Amino acid sequence: MLILTCPCCDVDAEETELHAGGEAHLTRFGPDSSAEDFETYLFQRENPRGVHFERWRHVYGCGKWFHAARCTATLEVFGTYSARTTEPPQDIRDRITARRPGWSWKEHS
Amino acid sequence: MKRYSAFAIAREALRNHTGWERAWRRATPKKKYDVIIVGAGGHGLATAYYLGKRHGIRNVAILEKGWLGGGNTGRNTTIIRSNYLQDPSAAIYEKSRSLYETMSQDLNYNVMFSPRGVMMLAQTHHEVRGYLRTAQANALQGVDTQFIGPDRVKELCPIIRLDGPRFPVLGALYQPRGGTARHDAVAWGYARACSDMGMDILQQCEVTGVRSADGKVTGVATTLGDIDCGKLAIVVAGNSGVLADMAGFRLPIESVALQALVSEPIKPAMDVVIMANTVHGYMSQSDKGEMVIGGGTDGYNNYTQRGSFHHIEETVRSLIETFPMLSRLKMLRQWGGIVDITGDRSPIISKTPLGNCFINCGWGTGGFKAIPGSGWATAEMIAQGTPGPLAAAFGLERFREGRFIDESVAAGVAH
Repeated sequence: MLILTCPCCDVDAEETELHAGGEAHLTRFGPDSSAEDFETYLFQRENPRGVHFERWRHVYGCGKWFHAARCTATLEVFGTYSARTTEPPQDIRDRITARRPGWSWKEHS
Repeated sequence: MKRYSAFAIAREALRNHTGWERAWRRATPKKKYDVIIVGAGGHGLATAYYLGKRHGIRNVAILEKGWLGGGNTGRNTTIIRSNYLQDPSAAIYEKSRSLYETMSQDLNYNVMFSPRGVMMLAQTHHEVRGYLRTAQANALQGVDTQFIGPDRVKELCPIIRLDGPRFPVLGALYQPRGGTARHDAVAWGYARACSDMGMDILQQCEVTGVRSADGKVTGVATTLGDIDCGKLAIVVAGNSGVLADMAGFRLPIESVALQALVSEPIKPAMDVVIMANTVHGYMSQSDKGEMVIGGGTDGYNNYTQRGSFHHIEETVRSLIETFPMLSRLKMLRQWGGIVDITGDRSPIISKTPLGNCFINCGWGTGGFKAIPGSGWATAEMIAQGTPGPLAAAFGLERFREGRFIDESVAAGVAH
């Protein structure tokens, strides 16, 4: 069972208490955008085998959204952090680098 | 290739079974092939088979990082049906279902196709309306389905409970020609036929890079060395994103775990396939007597080929409401596969940004039933360089153009 710590209420929540919200840090495009930009925003996904950033909602708890950094190949959790950011914070990146040397933050479009 | 037959069994019985040959050759990679197919699962092998059989392209290698048919082909619940709502889906799945009917004769390999009938239960009034609509659509598409009432459901499946506390059975969409087949045999049968046509099946050969020049693929780097190719086909289901990344493009796909489980074997209790989409469960009884059960996918990206325990609990809990006799059964084993889910829950059979590279993926939770039709359509695309009538609607460009094949709405969850 996947266990994530909600950074909003500091509760260790099992996955049944949470709801997965898909890839994090997508660039959102508005009404005047091109078809290509809309396609990228709505459908194209990194879907990496390895380090992945996701949105989660503590749906049966405080109800708040947060982000999690996880490895999709091992299910290891690197950490969770506030959703009020457009990219992973430095401490999360450092923790990932310690566990996955050579890893780099890909600029998601 | 020595043909399998009743006579062959009698002959081998008399000489202590010394005359059987390997079903497929152990191959070593050549320097170059006309076509390399990455992924020796059902879809990859079927693609190779129809490339050779229908299009005469036989200088083909099929690369597999694990063992043949060891991914989703060997991890599904073997359901075959074609009762889809949208025309492009109905066309390719019905083609597939019809190819299953003659597959054993075609391949000279018993794939144990059992057209025992598939019932999709309607357990809410919304579902009744949805399946009535699908039955009408299927009539127009030439797919043989009918909407049946609860009495007929009970007649076809006596162990069902019609008046469950939460979700009474109000009817079902019934496809009498749907059923199951032996999943491993499908992979083995295609592999044997491909090998017989001179194709090389390279197991434990993982692709580690895609080499390209001037917008065209020139070959692949693998754990068995570099191999050149004229055309490349990526048919790797859950790992499609990884291969696409190597080839330098992105896909509208997320990989998640889907689980299945089987009970201890019991005497024959149910001779149809039942799908209950409202409660996320589907079930059939295998020839060995096990109840084969599948449920919904996990909600988050995962490449580990195992799923969350609570999904098993949810699936079994909801099935017990409709099949109370299951409550006394022990579950024997469980397994997970990594399925590739697209934005509209329909597959991708498409050209890619690289001129001579093709992709077949996105079958999500319903790939097994599509194996022959998908191989047929993908082989046609590779041979002609452009998708044929079966594959045309499944191109990658549909996500940019908004031409979705919206089966996530049509089929509920269980695909």
